[in-house]
Amino acid sequence: MTATNALPERPQRRVRGRVSFTTVISWMLRITIVVTLLASAVSSVLKDRYSIDQWFDLVAFGITIGSVYALIALGYTMVYGVLRLINFAHGEIVMAGSFAGFFVAASLDSTGALNRYPILGFAAMLAIALLVSGGIAVLTERFAYRPFRHAPRLAPLICAIGVSFLLQQSFRGFFGTGLRSYPDPDWLMPPVSIFGFDVPAVQVLVVSSAIVVMVGLYLIVHKTRMGTAMRAVSEDVDVATLMGINVDRVVTFTFALGGAVGGIAGVFYGLVFKQVHFFMGFTPGIKAFGAAVLGGIGNVPGAMIGGIFLGICESVAPALLLDGFGIPAPHQMRDLVAFSLLIAVLIFRPYGIFGERLARRRG
Amino acid sequence: MTTAVTTLPVLHPARSLARMDMTLALRAGSVAGIVAVYAAAVGILKVFGQREVIVDHLTLGHVFLFSLAGACGAYVWTRSKASIRLRVINVVIAGIASGFFLVALIALMANVNLRWMFTALSSDLLRSLIYDRGAVGGSVLFLGAGALGAICGALLIGLPQTPRRCLVWGLSAVLIAGVFQELIQIALRFGWPITSLRTFLYVWRGLTLQGAMIAFATAFCVCWALDLGRRHLRRRRGPADIDVAIPRLRSQLASAVLLLCILVVFPLVAGSYIGQVMMLVSLFVLMGMGLNIEVGLAGLLDLGFVAFFAVGAYTMALLTADSEFALAHYTSLPSLTFWMALPLAVLAATGIGILFGLPVLGVRGDYLAVATLGLGEIVRVLVISDAAKPVLGGAQGILQVPKPTIGGIELVDPMHLFYLTLVFVLVAALIAWRLEGSRLGRAWTAIRDDEDVAQALGINLVQCKLLAYGLGAAFAGLAGAIFAAMLTSVYPHSFSLLVSINVLALLIVGGLGSLPGVIVGALLLIGLPEVLREFNEYRFLFYGVLLIVVMQWRPEGLWPSPQRKREVRTPRLG
Amino acid sequence: MAVASEKTRSAYAPAGLKPMITQTIATEHFNKRQGAAPVLLRTVDLSMRFGGLTALDRVSIDVHQGVIHSVIGPNGAGKTTLFNCVMQGHRISSGDIQLAGERLIGLTPDKVAAAGIARTYQNIRLFTGITAIENLLVGMHRHLKSRWWEAVLASSRCRHDEEKAHAEAREILKFVGLAGRGDTLARHLSYGDQRRLEIGRALCTRPKLLMLDEPTAGMNPREITEMMIFIRRVREAFGLTIVLIEHQMRLVMEVSDKVTVLDHGVKIAEGDPAYVKSNSAVIEAYLGHAAQRQEHPA
Ligand SMILES: Nc1ncnc2c1ncn2[C@@H]1O[C@H](COP(=O)(O)OP(=O)(O)O)[C@@H](O)[C@H]1O
Ligand SMILES: [Mg+2]
Repeated sequence: MTATNALPERPQRRVRGRVSFTTVISWMLRITIVVTLLASAVSSVLKDRYSIDQWFDLVAFGITIGSVYALIALGYTMVYGVLRLINFAHGEIVMAGSFAGFFVAASLDSTGALNRYPILGFAAMLAIALLVSGGIAVLTERFAYRPFRHAPRLAPLICAIGVSFLLQQSFRGFFGTGLRSYPDPDWLMPPVSIFGFDVPAVQVLVVSSAIVVMVGLYLIVHKTRMGTAMRAVSEDVDVATLMGINVDRVVTFTFALGGAVGGIAGVFYGLVFKQVHFFMGFTPGIKAFGAAVLGGIGNVPGAMIGGIFLGICESVAPALLLDGFGIPAPHQMRDLVAFSLLIAVLIFRPYGIFGERLARRRG
Repeated sequence: MTTAVTTLPVLHPARSLARMDMTLALRAGSVAGIVAVYAAAVGILKVFGQREVIVDHLTLGHVFLFSLAGACGAYVWTRSKASIRLRVINVVIAGIASGFFLVALIALMANVNLRWMFTALSSDLLRSLIYDRGAVGGSVLFLGAGALGAICGALLIGLPQTPRRCLVWGLSAVLIAGVFQELIQIALRFGWPITSLRTFLYVWRGLTLQGAMIAFATAFCVCWALDLGRRHLRRRRGPADIDVAIPRLRSQLASAVLLLCILVVFPLVAGSYIGQVMMLVSLFVLMGMGLNIEVGLAGLLDLGFVAFFAVGAYTMALLTADSEFALAHYTSLPSLTFWMALPLAVLAATGIGILFGLPVLGVRGDYLAVATLGLGEIVRVLVISDAAKPVLGGAQGILQVPKPTIGGIELVDPMHLFYLTLVFVLVAALIAWRLEGSRLGRAWTAIRDDEDVAQALGINLVQCKLLAYGLGAAFAGLAGAIFAAMLTSVYPHSFSLLVSINVLALLIVGGLGSLPGVIVGALLLIGLPEVLREFNEYRFLFYGVLLIVVMQWRPEGLWPSPQRKREVRTPRLG
Repeated sequence: MAVASEKTRSAYAPAGLKPMITQTIATEHFNKRQGAAPVLLRTVDLSMRFGGLTALDRVSIDVHQGVIHSVIGPNGAGKTTLFNCVMQGHRISSGDIQLAGERLIGLTPDKVAAAGIARTYQNIRLFTGITAIENLLVGMHRHLKSRWWEAVLASSRCRHDEEKAHAEAREILKFVGLAGRGDTLARHLSYGDQRRLEIGRALCTRPKLLMLDEPTAGMNPREITEMMIFIRRVREAFGLTIVLIEHQMRLVMEVSDKVTVLDHGVKIAEGDPAYVKSNSAVIEAYLGHAAQRQEHPA
């Protein structure tokens, strides 16, 4: 038998593969990426195709869309923290919020109330969106995720994909396949001047309200009893249970909170892009997940920063990086930039730019 | 579903029991009613209402609402603990409650215009369901039918097993004969005795009342006879089969062979449209087998699977097409035939599969799903973009891909293409089956179960995972190449994320890791929506529901692999 | 003596392994008497830090060929971490690990397994969804030489390989006392059977060094005695070197040739069982708690 005499001899054989294959590949990838990025950025800047105004516009837009991503990412991050589940349906929950906001705005607009009472109208949009999205999120958790609390990983994930399609296609059935355009009230028309640059009022509104929401959320998570319970559950479910925390309630609360913030994000997304559509949740959903990972999943402030970073990247990068290569129509590549960033983060820093929480948890 | 309230007040047990039953009934009725209203709002009810089961008498919409009421009646009947009289009352209440929600919807629609919001809620939505009775008549009809449905459901569940089974068989026979009438009518077009059967059962629009009765009676009697026969056998042979294991294995094999025979013969009988549908089904079976290697065996959830399919298709197109984008057009490469390009397409897909696998090797579990999703989207964005347009044709795609030829004969008929694909499917199934039981298959199982332990036992993760990606991609590439030749063109929009979801869903529904499961899943998820064309719009809704339902109630799938079944169905000790 | 013991030993040993067993055991006994067995596993100033926590602090251990070497220490002392580091499951912070003079640092765990180390886990980690025999076959992965395309073509070499592997797996199954239970799902085995199956799976990789992480965790005294006998049998039948993490002092004292004591990641004592037992540092850090508790039951 071959093995029998092979055994005593083996120590003499050289052990191969000291540097593992994956490490080599990973480093090669890193180097290529960095070199190409640098080269293209330099060539873009040298080409000098964009004026300073245009750069400012790109950055401002990036911050706007980034703060929307940040809000969406918060939902992913909180749910992942508590349940270790990627809530695939979160993008659809955002879409639901967008629709809710749209219907409120459209009905107010048809009576002219939206123009007459801007603050009330805006608040109503947000409130309804928040309720609808939060409600859907809670229902989703109750009926689709809770049965899988202790099932192997693949099962809840697949169920989440199912929920995502169910929601998306339901909205398609309810509200039709066409695009509906958001009303455009007068008070969003005049641009605002910041540092001498003109910025559309929508962007100022979105960014400032997003900041308010984020601060509010931060306070809820860090200063309230429920928020503390939530953080405890993310830290260690078993210990939290032993401490008398009702995990079911915490989970429900987390979904409600994440869904509500997602709904608000949906309204903002609708205001920025001026339209709603049943498929609109998908792309921002994935991107925001990337933002959540970027900030270290489970990390609330991380998700906020990750989102804004992602927004700026995808807004600026096509012009900065791709134009340098002479790629036609670089703005088509916005999604490409975001997805590449997502994958790069997953591969190189799955624990995010700040944290090492997940890396530790693996043991 | 709702769970019964368990706390019982002490004072008036009988009355509180009755009240508890009442809430049970109301709750069950409301769930059914909400489902009905949802179906109306989402538009399914309308589509169902247009599909006739029995011409001029019964539509699928009726069947749907009636079985909803029936289900809630049956539920209340089995859950209720009160006396018979109270139970009957509760069942009726549940039925009425289920009808009440639609009545409320009718009232709402009469007073408020919901159309600007819910596109499906038009005024004629329910008209066909209530036989043009108007609002009041319709309401009475809904309430009455709800009560009746609930009673029928309770009766059905209360019957002893044999008559119940026979009834279910009969009703299903009517349903199948009615819903699939086009197919059956086409299949019955041959020759004299069969043709007269057709005229007996059908008019050209569908099943007649007489036909329905005959179908019901036949299925009922067949079921009864079978049951008698089985009981007779059991009495002769004694109660317990001692060695059930081996016959069961054999019967599984037999049913797999039977399934295959049906696949082969069915399109011949059912005409060329079915041939086309089966062609699509077999392509998805091929892809399903590929994804099964990744997800079912190695546990690598891949949502970017469509990229491999796309690579196969585009390679085929670039190598063989007679268009300005073909490689032969602007390089010195010769234009290849289908057969020469096929291995290259498979190779290209494999290569991309391995490339895909490389960066995401270290990414685990659900992160992997998102990473592959992102990769798939990157491929799609790249293909559509203006940057790749000079090479891949942009959104317009590449046209004039030739069909395959065998011995100088061009395979134009979809049926022939179907048989060609079937051969590939068989080969792929053989490969997958052999791999499953091999050293590599065991290594995949180990990686799926516990990656770290597998590695500590000397399994090379990189190699095994890349093999899974490469082989899975090869199957998908093969499917893509055939797909390009079948359509004679490739467009980027054929390769959306939805294809990946399609394949994943059919795997899950059929049973992860199970080869016959792939076929069952593909027939159900690809074939059925193609046959019932007006439901095509609701296909992904159906998938979503199916994924949730299957994961909750039958996580091992409809035709599970023995191993999976063991895993899911046997309790964990210790 | 060697002849007599070979007879008894060969009763346990799988057929294919007999020649090897005689050879190694002979050298081992020789070496032991000479007190100069070569070092099989050596860690040099091995440190492992997790963030701010130092789980292992400059630990140097020599495991000689053919011995049963116990590693003891209170919970959280870093024993399991030591195993993880040897297997290269963690990237160590500093120091060196060698197997028979070969550096292991930077290898992937599968390469370490190929170099001849196998381990078990503190909380049993069998592949629960597959049968006992399939678990063993996974352990044999490395020794089946047929490639995947041969499996697809069902080549004769592949079939031959498979048959041989099955036969060997059945031998091992018998050795670990699970004869005839090969088709039972791993998760349906009793706790003790699972422990032994896990050891059997490790044996299937044909290691030179077997690392057992608390093999008696959660067992009653009788089972512990059985496990003790079993571990000795494993060593003798396969001619292995064994590193054993243990909490059961009785077991440690009886089976070990040498004992290393860890406390808070630091090696505080090393020597033969009798020496360690009487070492004051050990008594203070480890046995001390127990001794005190006995004196003051409150
Ligand atoms: N992967 C890890 N990440 C962070 N800390 C760890 C990890 N593994 C072990 N530790 C810590 O190292 C210390 C030693 O743990 P361990 O080796 O498991 O102890 P034991 O001697 O009981 O086996 C413990 O404090 C533990 O919390
Ligand atoms: Mg330990």
